[in-house]
Amino acid sequence: MFKIADIIIRRLGLGLVTLFFVSVLIFISVNSLPGDFAQEILGQGATPEAVAAIRAEIGLDRPIYERYFDWLFGAVQGNFGTSYARSMFAEAWGSTATANFNTVAQQLEPRFFNTLFLAGLTAVIAIPISLIFGIMAALYRSSFFDRVVNVSSLTSISSPEFFVAYTLILIFAVLNPLLPSLSNIHDDMGFGERFERTLLPALTLTLVVTAHMMRMTRAAIINLLASEYIEMARLKGLSAFRIIVVHALPNALAPIINVIALNLAYLITGVVVVEVVFVYPGIGQLFVDSVKIRDIPVVQACCLVFAAAYILLNLLADVMAILSNPRLRIPK
Amino acid sequence: MNNKFTRRTMLQTTAAAGALSTIGAPAFAGPKVGGRLRMGLSGSNTSDTWDSRTHTDYYMITMGHGCVFECLTEVLANGKLSGELASSWEASADAKVWTFNLKKGVKFHNGKSFGADDVIASLKMHVEEGAKSAAKPIVSNIAEMKKLGEHQVQLTLNGGNADLPFLLSDYHICMYPAGMIDEAIAKGIGTGPYRVVSFDPGVRTLCKRVDDHHMSDVGGYFDEVEALGITDPAARTNALMTGQVDVIDSVEKKTLPLMKQNPAVQVLEVTGNMQYTFPMLVGSAPFGDVNVRKALKWGVNRQEMVDKVLLGHGAIGNDHPIGPANQYVAKDLPQTEYDADKAKFYLKKAGLTSLNVDLSAADAAFGGALDAAQLYQNSSKAAGININIVQEANDGYWSNVWLKKPWCACYWSGRATEDWMFATAYERGVPWNDTGWDDDRFQSLLLQGRVELDSGKRGDIYREMQKICSEDGATVIPMFANFVDGYSSKLAHGPDVGNLWKIDNARVSKRWWFA
Repeated sequence: MFKIADIIIRRLGLGLVTLFFVSVLIFISVNSLPGDFAQEILGQGATPEAVAAIRAEIGLDRPIYERYFDWLFGAVQGNFGTSYARSMFAEAWGSTATANFNTVAQQLEPRFFNTLFLAGLTAVIAIPISLIFGIMAALYRSSFFDRVVNVSSLTSISSPEFFVAYTLILIFAVLNPLLPSLSNIHDDMGFGERFERTLLPALTLTLVVTAHMMRMTRAAIINLLASEYIEMARLKGLSAFRIIVVHALPNALAPIINVIALNLAYLITGVVVVEVVFVYPGIGQLFVDSVKIRDIPVVQACCLVFAAAYILLNLLADVMAILSNPRLRIPK
Repeated sequence: MNNKFTRRTMLQTTAAAGALSTIGAPAFAGPKVGGRLRMGLSGSNTSDTWDSRTHTDYYMITMGHGCVFECLTEVLANGKLSGELASSWEASADAKVWTFNLKKGVKFHNGKSFGADDVIASLKMHVEEGAKSAAKPIVSNIAEMKKLGEHQVQLTLNGGNADLPFLLSDYHICMYPAGMIDEAIAKGIGTGPYRVVSFDPGVRTLCKRVDDHHMSDVGGYFDEVEALGITDPAARTNALMTGQVDVIDSVEKKTLPLMKQNPAVQVLEVTGNMQYTFPMLVGSAPFGDVNVRKALKWGVNRQEMVDKVLLGHGAIGNDHPIGPANQYVAKDLPQTEYDADKAKFYLKKAGLTSLNVDLSAADAAFGGALDAAQLYQNSSKAAGININIVQEANDGYWSNVWLKKPWCACYWSGRATEDWMFATAYERGVPWNDTGWDDDRFQSLLLQGRVELDSGKRGDIYREMQKICSEDGATVIPMFANFVDGYSSKLAHGPDVGNLWKIDNARVSKRWWFA
């Protein structure tokens, strides 16, 4: 187990370096977009004086490296600052404010929770489905069942997300009003209502991510079915189901876990379109809103969350792949 | 239960039907109190606050004035001006000194009484050091604010302005409690018919009716008002069609025919002052020549633009910015139409046989601006005008293209009064004069109209100004875009619907009710 701890520590260290580079990259790219916060927030009313006033107020008139190191200095201490939009109205959100959403962290927290809820619900539906269908497809490969599963999962993954979303809305909200088309969840909602409102976006995402995981499960298992020990098992007279679940699956776990981790990361970082279609207040909407008005502190924080999700899930996948493989588990 | 159809039940049902038909359409039935109004609105941002000085998007305009806050005056659905927090007002003969009498017994949501001090403090918010208020030009014209009594204020202007009461209905100029403005902005404390229960910027707002509100006899009929920020037009439409919200703004014109088939949904369409324009900078050649401007005005096929860009949901413009929601719109002016020969004639007069010009456009200017530019390019070709379309980036359009490029696409949401519109974008030397156009006669009429209190004389003045704009001005205004909104058939409204802003001047929560 010593080796795993070693790997985790090394990977976390590398992860921090990655996060640093991501933050530099995002900072530079958002700054090189045309227009800055002052111009975007003022829109048609961007007179030179008003732009200058806002820039001076939130410190946009300082050189870019100075602003970056300022931000970095705060970030390493766990202070992600205040969004430009909030600091522009600082006098309004000062001491008398209800203290809601004053810092980037406070703004991000409920959104992040919502995103995790949606990702979690999707994972709970999608992972068992993909595993079961993947195994079944491998079991009955080249059968009618296999073809149906393949064609339908490929169809859903090849359709754009918004199309899948609108199709589900049409079927489950408009033609058969079973589920709400709006997923405007908020804090006052109980779990039941939150669950009901999140179901349609979760189903949409399920359709989008299932194909990838399912096909990887199927391919990894079929790949192993040609190996000698499986042939041995078959010669022993074991049932096809037992061969696949007990003999093939444990050896196929590593690539499957990897694909699941990638898809989970996608669920956290890439669901902006689904959030917009269902009006789901997740982190993606906040991110897009903030890029639109060049609110760099919020953009930075969102990107760090996204990057951290990728790094941690990949690390988790690697660790689990190692644990699932006795040859890797024991250090040489 | 016996379901047999007897003569008695037959009589009962027909009697009920008869009674219903004599009562008439629900729109004319009296307003009813109750229910939760759920709105799905565009233009919500995570940067939203209750600071009305910064309100620019539809979401906060709807939730600000007329819902949580109130202004001194209000433009009614029929276009007439009425008092909201002011009960009456009068002006000196030169329209320079205005006295406003305030309503008595009005309370803010935190219990503070509303009075003259609040008016003065709320107005001063717009001109204080470093204030970024869009209403600054209006308020900075007030030289002196004097409290004459607990419920009376006197405003003395630098220069007379007959429109002052109209200007004070602007959604930026809401009334805040003096001495606690910061707190009021943080929590949303106004005098409006609804108080804030929860506010999640960019996502959702929930408000509750204020008991014993001073205007409860004319508005504020819902128990609760919930506003959701729904940016995606398709999501807004779905929400309305599946009954999850009662009102949405800005319906996509493409989906209108489908929406009209749904009996549970009504479409609200009015032509207001929203206009799509092509301003030319007269300081850069060749737009300094009035004949070139005329050639370009005759070279655009306005009806085709309305039909293809707005899908028919709009009206053609006549190159002046005064729209149907204004009092003194001159409908009888000769209409400039598409006429390639006339365009050619004016080109010749300018000493040219053909003309090559760049037109900068991006959909940031207005939805369909690039399509409109292409239509313009096509229609003006016949007159020997070659328009080269420069596709600009949406990002930074208002900073880098508008006011900078010689000819570009632009939009104006219009203003409630003629003077306000002209003073914003047509007056000599104002920052938003997006053409740099300047005409002596126009300028003197503008100043004359501003202090004229006689309605008939003002009508004549503004008619002539519209004519000058149309014939000589540097802005091509090919079309006015309709406000197209949707609402549930369960809702009812008064006989008129305002056309100054989307959905009844953004005052649904105050004026409408559940039938």
